[in-house]
Amino acid sequence: MSQKNQISIKVAGAAGQGVESGGQGLAKALRRGGLHIFGVSDYMSLIKGGHNFFQITVSDEPVYCNTEKIHILVSFDPQQVQDTVPHIRELHEGGIFILDEGAKVDPAMQAAIEEVGAICCPMPLVKLATEIGGSRIMMNTVALGAVAGIMQLPFEALDSVVRENFAKKSTELADKNSQVAKSGYDFALQNLVSKFKYSVKYDPAMGDKMLINGNEAIAFGSWAAGCRFISFYPMTPGTSVGEWFTKRNSKIGVVTKHTEDEIASICMAIGAAQVGVRSMTTTSGGGFCLMVEALGLAGMTEVGVVVVNAMRGGPSTGLPTRTEQADLLFAIHSSHGEFPKIVLTPGTIEQCYEAGIRAHNLAEKYQTPVIILTDQLLAAEVYDISPDKFEIPHIDRGKLLSKEQLDKLESNYLRYEFSADGISPRALQGHPKTVHAPATDEHDETGHITEDAANRIKMMDKRMQKLETARRDIKPPEFIGPENADLTMIVWGSTYGVAYETIELFNRNPSNKQKINALHFSELWPLPKDKIQQALSKVKFAVSVEQNYTSQLATLLRAELGYEMKKFINRYDGRPLTAEELCTQVQEIFAQSLITA
Amino acid sequence: MVITQERQTVTAKDFKTEQKSTWCPGCGDFGILSAVQMALVNAGVAPWQVLLVSGIGCGSKLPDYISANGYMTLHGRAVSIAAGAHLANTDLVTFAITGDGDGLGIGIGHAIHNMRRNVDIVHIIENNEVYGLTKGQYSPTSKRGFKTSTSPEGSIEFSVNPLALALTAGATFIGRSYSGDPKHAAGIIQQAMEHKGYALVEMLQTCPTYNKTQNNDWYKEQTYKIEEENPSYDNTNRLMAYELSQKDDGRYPMGVLFIDHSRPTYAEQVPALQQNKAALIDHSLDLDSQLFEKIKASYN
Repeated sequence: MSQKNQISIKVAGAAGQGVESGGQGLAKALRRGGLHIFGVSDYMSLIKGGHNFFQITVSDEPVYCNTEKIHILVSFDPQQVQDTVPHIRELHEGGIFILDEGAKVDPAMQAAIEEVGAICCPMPLVKLATEIGGSRIMMNTVALGAVAGIMQLPFEALDSVVRENFAKKSTELADKNSQVAKSGYDFALQNLVSKFKYSVKYDPAMGDKMLINGNEAIAFGSWAAGCRFISFYPMTPGTSVGEWFTKRNSKIGVVTKHTEDEIASICMAIGAAQVGVRSMTTTSGGGFCLMVEALGLAGMTEVGVVVVNAMRGGPSTGLPTRTEQADLLFAIHSSHGEFPKIVLTPGTIEQCYEAGIRAHNLAEKYQTPVIILTDQLLAAEVYDISPDKFEIPHIDRGKLLSKEQLDKLESNYLRYEFSADGISPRALQGHPKTVHAPATDEHDETGHITEDAANRIKMMDKRMQKLETARRDIKPPEFIGPENADLTMIVWGSTYGVAYETIELFNRNPSNKQKINALHFSELWPLPKDKIQQALSKVKFAVSVEQNYTSQLATLLRAELGYEMKKFINRYDGRPLTAEELCTQVQEIFAQSLITA
Repeated sequence: MVITQERQTVTAKDFKTEQKSTWCPGCGDFGILSAVQMALVNAGVAPWQVLLVSGIGCGSKLPDYISANGYMTLHGRAVSIAAGAHLANTDLVTFAITGDGDGLGIGIGHAIHNMRRNVDIVHIIENNEVYGLTKGQYSPTSKRGFKTSTSPEGSIEFSVNPLALALTAGATFIGRSYSGDPKHAAGIIQQAMEHKGYALVEMLQTCPTYNKTQNNDWYKEQTYKIEEENPSYDNTNRLMAYELSQKDDGRYPMGVLFIDHSRPTYAEQVPALQQNKAALIDHSLDLDSQLFEKIKASYN
């Protein structure tokens, strides 16, 4: 098997210049042309200026993470092209650097271009945009046209996206952008395409595919599973889960509430869930910190509420727009006292959609809070998915009593009735036979406050039994790559993608004699211990790979199962791990262990 | 509240519970409990039609001592939880019941924001001007100079003026009554229930353990009914209400200080609750498969 044939494109510029929307548009166009796509934006915590980029990797095979090296670099910003020096260094030999002809190529840039053997292609981006009466900002569209030209993408694929994106604003703007995209495209066909030695094969029969990011998939899955209430306070990168709903709230029948703070967010969601509506909130680590007292209320009063924590670099404000996996142990142990909670850690877009569904089903089934841990990378990444991967979900409301069942109820309703599985039949308030008032204090089966010691033990046992019952319901980790391998990366959450590509890169290289795989956890708490042990028994050499400092999953597996990793790989600079660096580290581990063996 | 459900014939007996109270003998909370019960009976709201959400504190144990739907929650968060519950089920007559520390100390932010949103709930602040359950510390409404374990030389803070605060924040009903006059209190609570929008009721109350000077005799001296002292008082006049709320003679005007019928409630403006007027809890969970496919197609 030969290495993957892929091309990477980076679009760079200042915030406010359309890097994100331009990048998204280009990804969509290349996808429609018949390529597999992976794309993610990298941005700073500011509104205007700074230096942002959007990177796309395309291939004739599915792609799950970006490459370190790129083939095409586009600068949207004639003033700040100097900022692109680090990206120029990422260019492959023969890679193309597109910038406006008016931009100054300073000696540092020139040196970088020569160093990597890239081809500098100044072109009339601004001129082509303005000569037809367009505005200066349309140089972005010219540049995207040029990239499409270099990539020999059929123009219709780009044109359809450009027209769709601008038609929302005006037909005139759509026409003009289409026109300038064509001039950029034609310019590239005449002047640039012959200089570019890389190519990928388009599959025009690829059919419909979705480009949807992790946060959108979580929101979509939640809605499909019947979530009808979301309250949240804006915090990057959790906000876009909420915005998926607010953008559509008049159409999809969901009550959305942007609250005064995160405490109010979770409290409103708990209030809504208590009376029986599937409810959620979304935030990032700092906001989650504020929510944890109320999480205990949900645990104590057995209210199923869903909380999305899209992790970013911490602690405190940390790296607000960057990725990290450092909240795992915090999420599992969040809030004081002991109560059951469920923690899901999706790693792919499909798993994000699934997690949205699972979270709401599990929250109602176990009547306890469910946390979806995602992170900035997964929140923002897109890759092509077949639409049939998102199925209409089955809604499981657990032991919720129907109106008809309640009408027939003969004895007094006990909200916290003791049961073997720890789960009590649940009736909603608002029916003549179910009057009850749950207390956040320790309570008896009716919900009334009591400090009785014997009751305390029984009630604690009941709640904690739910954790044992849920344990059987939690998905075991899954192997990525071959079942049998000499080395296994132990991963969770968003590192699914990089683990997948590392395995491809390593195992396809004929000079590597060994094989590697990965064991990925997409649901983490309560740990399905037996199934995990079964999986771990197949692992010969475990390497913990996490985007944090302290290897939190490894810590958890050591604490819960006494399992020891052989090696640890950590990245905590806020940037996503790459397959190239992981591959190198894996090779080093093999080299070292040969020495020690 | 917009009371959407059919009124029921209920009596005090319907709200009786066997649960033993832990309140001190002579606690003002007894009066407030009977006022709430009386208001529900008079309004014809049955135990299953109401939701009494409370925070933490002596008075927040109220839902434990009445047979009615309740939810005893967290210190400072009752208003947010009540607001969420209300939006999810607008058919339940929803109360937030807090103390002065709960509602005006730790939870003041939530109170202000839900007042300006005009969320259609009744918020009762049981104000005894002291922290009781934590055993006698000064509260946001304690008078300057009040000596407690955390202000042994007398509080050096000026106290919160709940009525003026609610007026500024945008509450559309502001009432005040007193635990020693349950009949009057029940009347104010019932008016608050019938009011469409955020209804704040400040319920002055005695704390015989930690605020001994402000006993029933003292309150009888210090309180007066607005309409008795000023028959021409117009409680729809915001400026008049401001003036009264700022009157600094140490006495407490009681009654309906302010009422505003002009503002829509929060729920009345929520698109999802307007397109389908049934309570959210009664909306179908079935997926609109056409819409589902349309959303998927938008990502192509």
